[in-house]
Amino acid sequence: MLSRTADHLYWMARFIERAENMARVLDVTYNMSLVPNAAESEAALWLPALEISGNVEAYEREYKEYTAAKVIHYLAMDANNPSSIYSALRSARENARAVRVAMTSETWENINALWLEFGQFNGQDLAQSGLREFCDWVKARSHLFRGVCFGTMLRDDAFSFVRLGTFIERADNTARLLDVKYHLLLPAQEEIGGAVDYYEWSAVLRSVSAFQAYQKIFSDTIEPWRVAELLVLRRDMPRSLHACFDEITPILEQLAGSRHSECKRLAGELHSRLRFGKMKEIFQNGLHEFLTDFIESNNKLGAEVHKTFLSIS
Amino acid sequence: MQKSPLSFFDEMQLDEASVRDIYAAYNHWLKDVPHAQLHSKRQEAELLFRRVGITFNVYGDSDGAERLIPFDVIPRLISAQEWAKLSAGAIQRVRALNMFLHDIYHKQEIIQAGIVPASILSNSQYRPEMFGVDVPNQVYAHIAGIDLVRTSESQFYVLEDNLRTPSGVSYMLEDRKMMMRLFPELFRRYSIAPVEHYPQVLLNNLRAVAQPGVQDPTVVLLSPGAYNSAYFEHAFIAQQMGIELVEGQDLFVRNNAVYMRTTQGPQRVDVIYRRIDDDYLDPLAFNPDSMLGVPGLLSVYRNGGVTLANAVGTGVADDKATYIHVPAMIQFYLDETPLLENVPTFELSKEDDLKYTLAHLSELVVKEVQGSGGYGMLVGPAASKQELDDFKLRIIANPANYIAQPTLALSTCPTLVEQGIAPRHVDLRPFVLSGKTVTLVPGALCRVAMKEGSLVVNSSQGGGTKDTWVLEGASADLPEHVVTLNKSELEESVC
Repeated sequence: MLSRTADHLYWMARFIERAENMARVLDVTYNMSLVPNAAESEAALWLPALEISGNVEAYEREYKEYTAAKVIHYLAMDANNPSSIYSALRSARENARAVRVAMTSETWENINALWLEFGQFNGQDLAQSGLREFCDWVKARSHLFRGVCFGTMLRDDAFSFVRLGTFIERADNTARLLDVKYHLLLPAQEEIGGAVDYYEWSAVLRSVSAFQAYQKIFSDTIEPWRVAELLVLRRDMPRSLHACFDEITPILEQLAGSRHSECKRLAGELHSRLRFGKMKEIFQNGLHEFLTDFIESNNKLGAEVHKTFLSIS
Repeated sequence: MQKSPLSFFDEMQLDEASVRDIYAAYNHWLKDVPHAQLHSKRQEAELLFRRVGITFNVYGDSDGAERLIPFDVIPRLISAQEWAKLSAGAIQRVRALNMFLHDIYHKQEIIQAGIVPASILSNSQYRPEMFGVDVPNQVYAHIAGIDLVRTSESQFYVLEDNLRTPSGVSYMLEDRKMMMRLFPELFRRYSIAPVEHYPQVLLNNLRAVAQPGVQDPTVVLLSPGAYNSAYFEHAFIAQQMGIELVEGQDLFVRNNAVYMRTTQGPQRVDVIYRRIDDDYLDPLAFNPDSMLGVPGLLSVYRNGGVTLANAVGTGVADDKATYIHVPAMIQFYLDETPLLENVPTFELSKEDDLKYTLAHLSELVVKEVQGSGGYGMLVGPAASKQELDDFKLRIIANPANYIAQPTLALSTCPTLVEQGIAPRHVDLRPFVLSGKTVTLVPGALCRVAMKEGSLVVNSSQGGGTKDTWVLEGASADLPEHVVTLNKSELEESVC
């Protein structure tokens, strides 16, 4: 298929996934703000949401202070923030429109309808009301997007690039989320297990739809190291790093065929770490270090995918 | 001189009391349908079109919003007999035009015979680069849109030939799909000739014009990209044909061949259905600022490394200054009598025609020789005194840049508007496909001027579209004799 087509499909899927993850972070942060004494200040509560999205500096330049209303606006609706839900969904639709030929008409109509429906939230002050409905809507549209791709697309390269985009983006987002939260909670807190911790960690779990899974698997109090295990090493958790690479590696094997490619090697290396890694060792060497390294390698993989398949120069 | 009041032929209504035979069954159905229901059908159609993204961008529109072309739910009906005549005429015309293009880029016999003046070679649309270049099957205009208007039961005129990158066929196909969805019962009642095979016929023709020796040719559609006003159509047709939709940046030239960049490496391209104008095709040969084209494409093309559809240089044959010679071309190349008539046309480069036009500006339609899309044209009867005076000055400054035609009494067709069903002016653009053979599917783009009294049907000027139904087996008696109106008769009748 055309490199440019593959590029648009890959980014369309990444942007949809990015919007969904942003919505998850917003939703969870908002829920935390309803818990008494959850954080010392509004700023302490909302800063992590910005950290996960990775653009604190740009925010500070524009907005100066950390209030719920401003952070919500920045992350959900700000057209100048390239990672806002608004920007991500618009980019997804632009990418889709550029290659509508390469997807099924159901897929295209789904994304086009998504963008048309987004109009209902324009000008709405989400910090005042409707944030939860908004986040639910974004998540539901993202589920629908994956469903329509899965249910209607021919299993060819186009489908592979859509899936690849989804899982590279998701791995990045899960790793960031865990890193920010872990970093925030663990140091110097000997006494874990308090009410706020419970809320914090259950919020993290809920943000990746893993709360029920945790209960089902461990049926025990929420322990940070178990949360980390669930989101890093469990291959049966659909948003875990391991699960993402269970998807990514075979896709790259198939796309590259017998060609030698740095993509395949990088993905295989990351995959092995997740398949054969032990949580105990990861903790000994530092979860933060592990996650930082993972995010970097995952980015490198993204760059390699570009070089191998998508670059048109 | 008094301006004669125009009375319009209506596609449906014979007079207030009765309808043309072909509409009898439709009218019977229509009179029982409440207007509110038609309006809600139209709204449903708009919703669906927006969801599918059948939209276009308007140039020079600052908000850059995507707009819908208005869709009308009342179809235009054409009998099988009428269609047989129109399609034979359109095919005849396109055959002659392709022969003309081959001729002026080779021996130029028509100029030597004194039928077309040699000045045509200095027309800006004439491409000297194409001189002596042989194209497969001698086909230049693989896709031609022939704009037809009707003024009476028996009188059709060719308004213009579109031989560069004619657009609108996606609306023919989508309007049909929409009508079948909205009014399935009508499709059971009428025997309506299908048009859905258009993409297949086009693909077969494009494959047939690959360079000799190419087995299983790769065909692509070259589009300027997602910001082009006709992008929806490019995407739609490429999808229907199952071919890649490419942009200039996807293609490159190497060793006298064109390749596209794919995830599996370069892939050879044999036929390019291009929807980019000549000027933007190749920055090395034409407009050096073009970001849309493919550097080196023209050189490969001239050496027979790739086929372009339509060919480079077809603009010289659909130019309004060339238009007047088409009936003579048909005589010259085919030795046949033209089946379709031209609109009588004044060439303002001729002194007599200029004098007449300036004296009768308020009755005439004046067009730029190279204009299209309804831009830069004057509709005399609809213009204000100020507009007429302004236009007069522009004509005097450069008469050769304009032609003038009588304001035709374009037929009307019942159309659903705010106030109910009212007559609106329509035209008809069938698409003639050439490659292996010269054919057209039984249907056309029917454009309708949505504003009351307006004669400009272009979508860029607010025109809408209707589905066109060619009815199989329906009998509408055509008068045997066809009224011909030549220029001198017309002058008399207008004066």
